[in-house]
Amino acid sequence: MGLSNQIDKTKSYAGLMSLRWWLLAIAGTWALDYLLPSMLSPYIFQILVLAGINVILSVSLNLVNGFTGQFSMGHAGFMAVGGYLSAFLTTSLVEHRPDLMIDPVTGELLGTAVIFYFGSLILGGVAATLVGYIVGLPSLRLRGDYLAIVTLGFGEIIRVILLNTDAVGGARGLSGIKQFTNFGWVFTFVVITVFCVWRVVHSAHGRILQSIREDEIAATAMGVNTTQGKVRAFAMGAFFAGVAGGLFAHYLTTLNPGTFDFNRSFEVIIMVVLGGMGSISGSVVAAIVLTVLKEALRPLQQYTGVDLRMVIYALVLIIMMLARPKGIFGTKEIGDLFRGRKKVKGDLT
Amino acid sequence: MAEFIQYLINGLSQGGTYALIALGYTMVFGILQLINFAHGEVYMLGAFTGLYTSKFAGAQISELFNRLLNGAPDQTSTLAAILTSIVIVLIAMVVCALVGLCVERLAYRPLRSSPRINLLITAVGVSLFFQYSGQIVFGSDPKAYPDLFENLESWTFGTDENILVINPLQVFVFVTAIVLMLILRHIIFHTRLGRAMRAVSFNHDLASLMGIPTDRVIAATFMLGSALAGAAGVMVGMTYPKVEPLMGSLPGLKAFCAAVLGGIGNVTGAVLGSFILGLAEALLSGYGTPTYKDALAFAILILILLVKPSGLLGVHRTEKV
Repeated sequence: MGLSNQIDKTKSYAGLMSLRWWLLAIAGTWALDYLLPSMLSPYIFQILVLAGINVILSVSLNLVNGFTGQFSMGHAGFMAVGGYLSAFLTTSLVEHRPDLMIDPVTGELLGTAVIFYFGSLILGGVAATLVGYIVGLPSLRLRGDYLAIVTLGFGEIIRVILLNTDAVGGARGLSGIKQFTNFGWVFTFVVITVFCVWRVVHSAHGRILQSIREDEIAATAMGVNTTQGKVRAFAMGAFFAGVAGGLFAHYLTTLNPGTFDFNRSFEVIIMVVLGGMGSISGSVVAAIVLTVLKEALRPLQQYTGVDLRMVIYALVLIIMMLARPKGIFGTKEIGDLFRGRKKVKGDLT
Repeated sequence: MAEFIQYLINGLSQGGTYALIALGYTMVFGILQLINFAHGEVYMLGAFTGLYTSKFAGAQISELFNRLLNGAPDQTSTLAAILTSIVIVLIAMVVCALVGLCVERLAYRPLRSSPRINLLITAVGVSLFFQYSGQIVFGSDPKAYPDLFENLESWTFGTDENILVINPLQVFVFVTAIVLMLILRHIIFHTRLGRAMRAVSFNHDLASLMGIPTDRVIAATFMLGSALAGAAGVMVGMTYPKVEPLMGSLPGLKAFCAAVLGGIGNVTGAVLGSFILGLAEALLSGYGTPTYKDALAFAILILILLVKPSGLLGVHRTEKV
C-alpha cells in the first residue's frame, strides 16, 4: 500500500515541490513576526515558539523513524550537541569580541549579530550531523534494532560529557545566552525543515528510504545501498535536531545537562508515532497539539501533584501500537483526507 | 594490591547483577529479536517487591527461621539471615515472573506478526509506563531497604595500609547469582523446555511445525528472564540499600550492552560480557574518573558494534529471506 500511495501523492502535491511557495511562507512568517506581538499575549507567543521548535524536531525525526523505519531515541542528544555548541559560540563571541555583537553606546545587540547567530545555528546543526554520523554508522550497518539502544546510550554519553566539560559550565550549566530566537526565526526554520524533508521524501532518495522501511532485504536485492540510505536519513535528522537545539538554547537563555534529557526525546517520539510514521503533516499537527496540550494540562498537574502526562503518553503509545500502529494519519498527508476515495483506485492492495 | 583486589570484588559483585539482568535480555532477544526495554523495569519491580516483603514480612520470616534453627525467635544467626534473604529473593522472583508473563501476554503477543518497529515502540511504552506509574504508586523519592544482616560484620584482611574489606552481602549476591545462572543453564541445556526454547530461537516457524507450542515457550522465556531480573533487583536493593522507580533504566541498558558484548542470544556470552563490564566499571571508577563510569557501557557497545557485531562468543548467522 505504502509506495503506490506515495507515487500518487507526488502528483497531487506537485505545487509543493516548487520553491516559491516555501519562500513565500518564509516571508509570511516574518510578516507575522512583525504583526503578532501586538495581537497576542506573550504567553501564547511562547507556546507558538515552543510548538515551532517541536515541529522541527518531530518532522526531522519522522524522516528517520517514519520514512526510513529505523528507531532513533536520541533526538534530545543531538539537540544538546547543537544547542550547546551554538550557545557556546554566541556567548564566547559576546564575551571576547563584544564589538561584533553589542552596540557600545546603547548596549543593545547589533543588527549584524544575527549573522553570527545564524552561523552558530548552522554550525550546531553540522556538529550534530557529524556526531550523528559517528553514532549512527556502527549500528545502521547492521540489521536489527541496535540503533534504538545506541541512541539511548548516546544521550547518556552526551550528558556525562557535558557534566564534565568546564567550558560549558559542567553541572552548573551555560547561562547568559542572548535571546536571539523569536517567532520569525523559529518558523523560518520550520518552513526550511518541512521543505527539505518533503523534497527528500518525494525524491529518488525518499524512495530508497521507504524501500528500506518496507523490506530491507528486498531493497538490498534491488541494488539499494541500505546502509548509506539509513545513515543519510539519520544524519539529516540529526542536523535539524541540532538546529532546533540551537533555537531552543537561544530562546531559553540558560542550559544545563538536564535540559535535553530522555523525556525530551520521548516527547518527540510520541509526536511522530501519534501523527503517523510517514506523514509529514501528521507530525506537524501532533507536535502543535501536544505542545498546546502540555500547557493546557499544567493546571491539572499542579492540582494533582503528580506528573500523569508521561503515564498517559506511555499508555497512548502502547494502545496506539495495538489498535492503530500506523498512527492517526498513517502514511497519508492531511490533504489526502479531503480528496475523497478515488485517489486509491490505482492502489494494488 | 589490596586496593586492586577490592576493585575486583566490587566489579564481580556488580557484574553478577548485570549478568542476571543481561540473561533475560539475551534470552528474549534470541527468541523474538526484540530489545525488551521493559526488562529494566521488571528489575525495578523486583527491588520494590523485595523492599515491601522484607518490610512487612521480613521480621516474621526471620523469626520463623530463628525458631527453627536456634530454638529461640529473638536469637539471630547468619544462617537465618541468609535463609530469610533467599525467601525474599524467591518471592520477588515469583512476582516478577508473573509481571513478565502479563507484559508478554498483554503487550507483546498481540503484536507477534506486526513489524518489529511496532514491537519496539510498545516495549518503550511499557518501560515508561512502569517508570512513571511507579513514581506515582511508590513515590519518586529513594527508599531504604531494611537491614537484614544487621549484626553481621564485614570481613577484614590485612592491616591499615593494605586493608581489604569484604562485605558478606557481596559474597551472598555473587554466590546467588552464580547458582541462579547454573540453574538457568541446566534448564536451557538439559530439559525439554530448554530444548523447545532453543528450537524456537533457532527457527520460530519450523519449531511450531514440529509441534512445539511456541507461544507457551515464549511466555516461559519471559517468565524465566523476569524472575532472574527480579532476583537481581532484590540483591541490588540489599547491597546498595536504596531503591527508586527510575533505578531500572540505566542498569537495564548497561546489561543489554553487556549482552551484546558477549554475543546477543548467547547465554554464556551474556554472563561473560556482564562480568567484563562490571570489572571494567569498577576499575575505571577506582583508577580513572568515576564520573565517566555511566558512559563506559555505551562506548563499549558502539565499539563492539563497529568491530565485531556478533559479540565475543556469538556466531555470525547468515541472513536468509
